[in-house]
Amino acid sequence: MTPGTVVQGNEDRSAAAGIEMDEVGPIIEKHRKQRGGLIAILGDIQARYGYLPEPALRMVSGQLGHPLEEIYGVATFYRSFSLAPRGKHHVCACLGTACHVRGAQRIVDELERKLGIQAGQTTPDGEFSLETVNCLGACALGPVVVADGHYHSKVRKSGVGDLLERAAQGGGSAEANGAPAFVLNACCPRCQSRLEESGHLIENHPAIRLDAACRGRHGWIRLSSVYGSRQIASEFPIPAGSVVEFQCPHCHIALPISSRCWECDAPVASLQIAGGGKWNLCCRRGCPQHLLEIS
Amino acid sequence: MISLTINGIPIEVEPGTTLLEAANYLGIAIPTLCHHEGLSPYGACRLCLVEIGVRPRTRLVSSCSYPAEPGLRVRTGSERVLRARRMVIELLLATCPQSKVIQDLASAHGIRQQRFRQEHEDCILCGLCVRVCAEQMMAGAIGFRSRGQGRTIGTPFDKRSEVCRLCGACMYVCPACQLRCTFSEPDKAICGGCANIPAPCVSSGQHDDLMCYMNPCAACEIAKT
Ligand code: FES
Ligand code: FES
Repeated sequence: MTPGTVVQGNEDRSAAAGIEMDEVGPIIEKHRKQRGGLIAILGDIQARYGYLPEPALRMVSGQLGHPLEEIYGVATFYRSFSLAPRGKHHVCACLGTACHVRGAQRIVDELERKLGIQAGQTTPDGEFSLETVNCLGACALGPVVVADGHYHSKVRKSGVGDLLERAAQGGGSAEANGAPAFVLNACCPRCQSRLEESGHLIENHPAIRLDAACRGRHGWIRLSSVYGSRQIASEFPIPAGSVVEFQCPHCHIALPISSRCWECDAPVASLQIAGGGKWNLCCRRGCPQHLLEIS
Repeated sequence: MISLTINGIPIEVEPGTTLLEAANYLGIAIPTLCHHEGLSPYGACRLCLVEIGVRPRTRLVSSCSYPAEPGLRVRTGSERVLRARRMVIELLLATCPQSKVIQDLASAHGIRQQRFRQEHEDCILCGLCVRVCAEQMMAGAIGFRSRGQGRTIGTPFDKRSEVCRLCGACMYVCPACQLRCTFSEPDKAICGGCANIPAPCVSSGQHDDLMCYMNPCAACEIAKT
C-alpha cells in the first residue's frame, strides 16, 4: 500500500468523524527534525484535540514513514495519551497502595456507580471521563481524587456526589462569543490539568495559577482569567519589561512557546482553553499582547 | 578480534558477536525461545541465561543479546544458571501450559513440579511474530500495545491491518500457539511424556545407536500410536 492511499483513506474517515485534521500537518512538520519527535508530536496532538484521533495517528504514520503499529504502540504505552475522546470534566482517582488501603476501591466503585461508567470510559453525554492512576504522590492525603486538576484529599464515599457536582459546575465552559471580556478556563497543554484556583479571585473570577521564574527567582503567579485583563498577583515582584518563564504547577513542564511576540520579540507562551482553543500570552510583563485562538 | 572464555574454553570472535553465537560456534548448546537467526535479538524469554564474571561477583545475562567482551568469563551450565533457567521454564509453563514447545523444554530440563497457577495465556510476549513481520516480511502489521499486565500483541485499533498480507509468518514462528502436547492427560500441568520414554531412533536399533536430532522430537507421538 502506498502512503498516498493511506492519506486518502484517513481523509474519508476524519470527515466521517467530523474532526478537522488540518492542524496535524503543521504539528508533524514542527517536530519532524527532532530526535524523539514522535512523543512531542503525539503530545501536541493530544493537547490540541484532547485525545489522539485515529486519522491523526494514521497521518503521523504516513508522514513520518513509521509503521502505524509502532505509533500505536507508543500511544498506548503512555498513560497520558488517550485514544478515546475524554469528557469535558476529567476525574482521576488514585488506586495506589496508600490510597488503596484507605478504601480507594470503594471510592472508585462509587464514582463508577454515580457516573454509570467504568474507569477508563467517558459518559455518553461527554461530560465526565473517569480514570484511575497508581499514585499521585500525595499518599498522606489518600484516598485522593483529582477532578479537573483540583485535588480532593481524604475523599469519603459520601462525599463523592458532592465532588462530582462541584466538578460539573467548576467553570462553565468558555463560550467563544467574541464578547470583549469573558472568562477563560485554562488548562496546561501538556498534562491537561485545570489551572484556575477557585480559592483565589482576581476580578471576581478564579485566578489562573502558574509557576513563574524571573531573574533567578521562582514562585507562583496568578493571572486574571478574564480575557483582556492584565491583572496579576505574584509571590515576588516582577518589574515591568522583564521576561517571565511560565511552568505548569501540576506537571512542572514549561509552557510551550508557540511563537515570538511581534511587539517586543519576547517568547509567547500558550495555554489550552477548556472549550477548545489556545490562549497565547506574551511573557514580557506589561506587554499587551494576548491572543486567543478559538477552535 | 575479541578473546573470551566460555566454560573455560578460549575463543576469539568478531566484535559484535553475541555470547550465544560464540557458544554455538563451540558447539555448546544453550536453549532459546525468543531467539531466531535472521531476527534481531530481543531478550524477552530469559531462557538463554548464562553467568558472566568471576566469582563471587557474577551476573546472569541473556546470551542472545549480550555482546562478547574482551576477557569475559562465561559459564553456560553452572548451578546458578540451571536453577534460574528451570525457574524461567516453570514460569513460562505456568503462562502457557498448552504449548508443545514449552512442554518439550520442561521435559528436557527435568521440570517435575509446577508451583504456580496456570494461566493458559495465548501469548508469552516473546515478540517473535512482531519481529518477523517487521524485519522479514517488511510489513509491520502487528506490534505491542500498552504495557505491564495489559501488554498484548495485535494490530493498531484492533482493525484488520492494511499492510498485512496474510503470509502466516507470525503463526509459523510462534512458540505458544502450537498444539498442546497430548501424550498423557491434556490438562496436566506438566506433560513430561517424552522424558520417560527412550527415543525410538535409538531403542529400535535401526540407526546404530544414532539419534535423529529431529526437532521437535516426536518420540512421544510415536510411542502413543
Ligand atoms: S497512593 Fe494515592 S497518592 Fe500515592
Ligand atoms: S532467547 Fe535469549 S532471552 Fe529469549
